[in-house]
Amino acid sequence: MGRRTPLYALHQALGARIVDFGGWDMPLHYGSQLEEHHAVRRAAGIFDVSHMCCIDLNGRRARDLLAQLLANDIGKLATPGRALYSCMLDDSGGILDDLIAYYLGAERMRLVVNAGTRDADLAWVRRHAPAAIEVVERTDLALLALQGPASPQHLERLLGASVAAPALALAPFTALEIGSLCVARTGYTGEDGFELIVPAGEALDLWQRLQADGVAPCGLGARDTLRLEAGMNLYGSDMNASTNPLECGLAWTVAFEPADRQFIGRAALETARARGVAHKLVGLLLEDRGVLRAHQRVVTAAGDGEVTSGTFSPTLQRSIGLARVPAGANKDVQVEIRGKLLGARIVRPPFVRHGRSLIN
Amino acid sequence: MSHIPPDLKYTKTHEWVRRLPDGQLEVGITDHAQEALGDLVFVEVPEPGRTLAVGEAYGVVESVKAASDVYSPLAGSVTAVNTALASAPELINQDPYGRGWLVRMRSDSQQGELLSAADYARVLEAEGE
Repeated sequence: MGRRTPLYALHQALGARIVDFGGWDMPLHYGSQLEEHHAVRRAAGIFDVSHMCCIDLNGRRARDLLAQLLANDIGKLATPGRALYSCMLDDSGGILDDLIAYYLGAERMRLVVNAGTRDADLAWVRRHAPAAIEVVERTDLALLALQGPASPQHLERLLGASVAAPALALAPFTALEIGSLCVARTGYTGEDGFELIVPAGEALDLWQRLQADGVAPCGLGARDTLRLEAGMNLYGSDMNASTNPLECGLAWTVAFEPADRQFIGRAALETARARGVAHKLVGLLLEDRGVLRAHQRVVTAAGDGEVTSGTFSPTLQRSIGLARVPAGANKDVQVEIRGKLLGARIVRPPFVRHGRSLIN
Repeated sequence: MSHIPPDLKYTKTHEWVRRLPDGQLEVGITDHAQEALGDLVFVEVPEPGRTLAVGEAYGVVESVKAASDVYSPLAGSVTAVNTALASAPELINQDPYGRGWLVRMRSDSQQGELLSAADYARVLEAEGE
């Protein structure tokens, strides 16, 4: 038996197919992954992502700690309520995890990290945190993701117009605390939406009220096809500790300025950048019939690469993927699927944004 | 519990076989198989005329989740394929024993190795359904 979120019994009652994900028993889908995917693109869906972990850092030096631990610059978060996507690197520039850092308030920072890496992340943060900073694993919290174009209307009915108003006014990558509820305008789907962090005991009520209001329960299967259409990396598939952000399409998340910020992995990344990065992560569109899957071989004029994530895109009705290929590869490539070389094209992710195809 | 029509034959690898009035055999994947795979998005079956050995992987069904080989329940040759699946693989999810059939074949071999519905139900039970 794996670890379970506060909503495990609910998922079972809803008839979810339960699968292991990073040591957690999680819902894959509640009947049809495709319908859940379309619900998020066209209306709204709700996901239980409580397997991800909130790590709170309390103390005057918490920001300084994150300036050291994160490849992106926490100094960009000028005011409380702002959030930042970043990689956390080891000394060799390898990606330990990707995460969202929240500036909640004076002396209060929060990291939301992946399920599969949460224990290692906690140990890493604790190892680097001075005694004056309190590092708290918030096992008392649940995380729900309300995603899709109709999310604002559902949130407004959930909270009531006056309470919801400041949450609805949130810009992307900002957050707000309303009593015990933390609302962030973030997500992993390429649609508008909110991530809701609540005390574990309040999650069931929140979910059921959203579902009663017409929001579709969605599992991790739809979450994966949605994020891949949105061109977002999945830790453990598209990146890991043996890859650095420059090889993962995440150079935009590495803040080399200010030049005197000595974050962990900086020296290794500067060396890699100066030497030239040998590989890059690209989007792939399969031109022939078939389905791209992780670990398929990609044949390019510049040498071989590998599919890191692949799926059938429910929105585009064709197969898409992410692949790590030689830096010189471009345009037309081939992918080996069951012994046959099929035509594919390198494209710039995202594939889909706000319900619309970005691929021609 | 998945649906197992009593009038069909089955394999341990979750295919079903129906004997048609003209002696041809119609083949597909079971309700259990489509349920386990999830929404199907791609189907690849051989051209008519291809000769198949018993147990040969002759095609692939892919769901949003994974690719899965399909195996020939008997030795024989393919006489027809369900061309509707190319544009509507979801027919397998909707009607696995009907409009979701994969191929039709002719076979001279005995069907003795195939499982009855009751035998197949026990296979599923042993797999922990």
